[in-house]
Amino acid sequence: MNEIPVSIKINGKQVTASVESRTLLVHFIREQAELTGTHVGCDSSSCGVCTVLLDGDKPVKSCTMFAVMAHGHEITTVESLAPGGVLHPLQQAFWDQHGLQCGYCTPGMLMTSVALLKHNPNPTEHEIREGLSGNLCRCTGYNNIVKSIQQAAGVMSQAIPAAADD
Amino acid sequence: MTAPTTEKFAMGKSMKRKEDPRFLQGKGNYIDDINLKGQLYMALVHSPYPHANIKGIDSSAAMKVEGAVACVTSKELNAYNVGWLPTFHGLDKQMVLADGKVLYQYQEVAACYAETREAAYDMAELVEVDYEPLEVVNNPFKAMKDDVILRPDRENKTNHIYNWNVGDSSATDAALAASDHVVKQHVVFPRCHAAPLEPCGCIAEFDTMGRLQFYVTSQAPHVYRTALFLVLGIPEDKIHVISPDLGGGFGNKVPVYPGYVCAIAGALVLKRPVKWIETRTENLTSSFARDYHMDIEIGASNDGKLTALKVNTVADHGAFDAAADPSKYPAGMFGIVSGSYDFPVAYANLDAYFTNKQPGGVAYRCSFRVTEASYLIERAMDIVADELKMDPTELRRKNFIRKDQFPYKSPLNFTYDSGDYEHTMDVALERIGYKQLLKEQAEKRAKGELMGIGISTFTEVTGAGPSKHFDILGIKMFDGAEIRIHPSGAGIIRTGSKSQGQGHETTWAQIVAEELGLDPQNFLVEEGDTDTAPYGLGTYASRSTPVAGGALALAARKIREKARKIAAHVLEVDERDLEWKDYKFEVMGAPGKSITMKEIAFAAYTNPGDNEPGLEATLYYDPPNMVFPHGTYVAVVDVDRETGETKVRRFLAIDDAGTIINPMIVEGQVHGGLTEGFAIAFMQEIAYDEAGNNLATNFTDYLVPTSLESPSWETGHTVTPSPHHPIGAKSVGESPNVGSPAAFVNAVIDALSPLGVRHIDMPLTREKVWAAIRAAEGQAAD
Ligand code: FES
Ligand code: FES
Repeated sequence: MNEIPVSIKINGKQVTASVESRTLLVHFIREQAELTGTHVGCDSSSCGVCTVLLDGDKPVKSCTMFAVMAHGHEITTVESLAPGGVLHPLQQAFWDQHGLQCGYCTPGMLMTSVALLKHNPNPTEHEIREGLSGNLCRCTGYNNIVKSIQQAAGVMSQAIPAAADD
Repeated sequence: MTAPTTEKFAMGKSMKRKEDPRFLQGKGNYIDDINLKGQLYMALVHSPYPHANIKGIDSSAAMKVEGAVACVTSKELNAYNVGWLPTFHGLDKQMVLADGKVLYQYQEVAACYAETREAAYDMAELVEVDYEPLEVVNNPFKAMKDDVILRPDRENKTNHIYNWNVGDSSATDAALAASDHVVKQHVVFPRCHAAPLEPCGCIAEFDTMGRLQFYVTSQAPHVYRTALFLVLGIPEDKIHVISPDLGGGFGNKVPVYPGYVCAIAGALVLKRPVKWIETRTENLTSSFARDYHMDIEIGASNDGKLTALKVNTVADHGAFDAAADPSKYPAGMFGIVSGSYDFPVAYANLDAYFTNKQPGGVAYRCSFRVTEASYLIERAMDIVADELKMDPTELRRKNFIRKDQFPYKSPLNFTYDSGDYEHTMDVALERIGYKQLLKEQAEKRAKGELMGIGISTFTEVTGAGPSKHFDILGIKMFDGAEIRIHPSGAGIIRTGSKSQGQGHETTWAQIVAEELGLDPQNFLVEEGDTDTAPYGLGTYASRSTPVAGGALALAARKIREKARKIAAHVLEVDERDLEWKDYKFEVMGAPGKSITMKEIAFAAYTNPGDNEPGLEATLYYDPPNMVFPHGTYVAVVDVDRETGETKVRRFLAIDDAGTIINPMIVEGQVHGGLTEGFAIAFMQEIAYDEAGNNLATNFTDYLVPTSLESPSWETGHTVTPSPHHPIGAKSVGESPNVGSPAAFVNAVIDALSPLGVRHIDMPLTREKVWAAIRAAEGQAAD
């Protein structure tokens, strides 16, 4: 099989490997970068458990991109959200609001939510539901995920002026 | 004087989940996150035909793929005597790989092993199978004619699998004949699938000691160990089953699938670990739930008193009878079909048939066929109310089993433990504003708008079960629990159950902490490893809290009794003078002279006196009866007359699950179950075409509701403790999925009732509802 060298900056770390051209980005992340928080749940780009951020703020389904397409780009996964073990406001909110059960959809949900709040810091419930509609959850029925994102939005919008003060 | 404190220590608290930090940081350990050194990957070849003879299998092209290692068919498996698997309830056996013929589309035909995942799939593409198509039997009504016999391997040359019945047939017929009204309806509960977001998978390895290390997505790891012993003949001490974090299960992770056997066989023969992870298509096509065609007859007097119930069911079990039901209950708990109502007589009869469809009859968030039963009776109650021109809540009120009738012996042989149906319904009607809604509906109807209110006042039966009735593969359905308290008062809890998202790491700690007055944060909960966990039948059928939860509470009480002796030694009193009060042992008559469990734990290791040192207990709990949770659900919908689109405006669930361990987790369970019920009511069906093609093989055809369609859920509860459960708990995981489909459908039919629509079978898609409106309007115009 033809292998192609691929180099992707994942969570700030350059990961370089030779992979088959058909290697999916999700498999590169899970196997070459050994970051298994990004999951696989379908074969039809339907579930979103594989969601990561491309170049900082663009959520993509990593099962629907080849690794070579991410060559030279930056990818952010769930493992980057809690540096030093301090939970991101979204992680904290999912915990506080019981926004997860089996946890399988959670990494994808979190990454989509990070991007959602970046683009729209104060979303309405409908905007949140619309923003999450590419991420399935089989356990929670979404009520508590919506609440989690509302909590995080509140915390994060308060945190910004405070940070600007000092 | 202050009143004695009734404040609970750990029970009934919305404690945040202990398992969450790892899931939130992407540190869960799911099956596909595990990799063993030197592992091979396995991919399966599936049949494109629903029914065909296999004339030959040629793997020569496949074996030329770079990285190909082996290709296995039923021939090799049969040589090792592992070509067929017994099904869980023992009524049938199932092919591991197609043996001479295929019986359903996507059936496993060959297994390919390779150095990489990609190479394994390349191999599977290249295996050439010579099929000779046969006539397809795609429904049980065709199957019952026995024109085509699907399973010539069986002794009886018929597609009929079994008959099951319960109740008094002749008394029921007599009562129906004497009734003022007899209401009849044919109701179909379509074939659907639990579809957890994580598909199934496994890794099998025989270690250097020849011991099978089997990592697998299993809701019942101990049952797997014993089943593997039965299938493979490997002594049980040489089998280690590890079920890691599960990305949901809902029943889908109960059966032993052919892929698992192929992975183990590959590991044995190839002497390398073998990994197999299902694709979504494999997940959706390997098993199913429901598929019951039911005819119900209900007798009623002019004043709305129910006189008799008769149900006749034709069950479509697919190609193998792979239902995971207890041995003596081939139709599971379908006998709960008399529901919350005091029928003087009843009779239920069921015949199951083979068809050319995926095998199964496993659960989908359901205690063995309870969902079908509850849906049927709750749907039928509305039809009866409609015919008698009664309000559906009044018909229910008139016929509820009354609070003072418990324990209640049902005409279909269950003994209901407790309940207060009328109270729960009143709470729900009050909170939803039923009277207001009826008024609004009347106004809307006057304007030609379609608004519906749907009620479901279901009862379910869970917690299988008492060993005199329940077993799987002959193993009685008890559960074990083990608790060890360390010197510092921290501890470890192990059970034979297995969480798939239900939060056992938190709730189990709460149960034990409550019994012992210790900090729930300092309990480690371990499940899913058959080397360490005590034997248990696993987590499904809402049985964990009723069975494993009971075992835990009793094991903790055993520890308390031992602690009493150590406390007596430390306090230098007679143990009979000690009283467990406010979470510590107090010397009676000497307030202030007391010792906490934490202090006792330390003493157990430092100063036990003449007592056996240490503080731990193991207990196996054989429940005396099932538990019977109930609830009232109310759906309010608006149906668009022009498009057939249904909008669920409100949905209220009032559950009575007995004593509540963690209200936050209970609410989360209810939200999730309601969303699955919503999916079943409106969008999910594994449909087959005439030719036997499966039409729902991925998430673009088999729909899971997104955040946009899913309604906002309103929840609440009443509490009627179970009289026989050690902490009075029942269960809740399945109630919302059992109780809600009828509420949704009843609401839609109520909306359409001014047009004369009486029933539509699920799923109530926009197209179906639209067609029903058009047909009704067409009739009205004629
Ligand atoms: S794995 Fe389902 S969308 Fe990527
Ligand atoms: S928490 Fe299980 S799928 Fe979302």
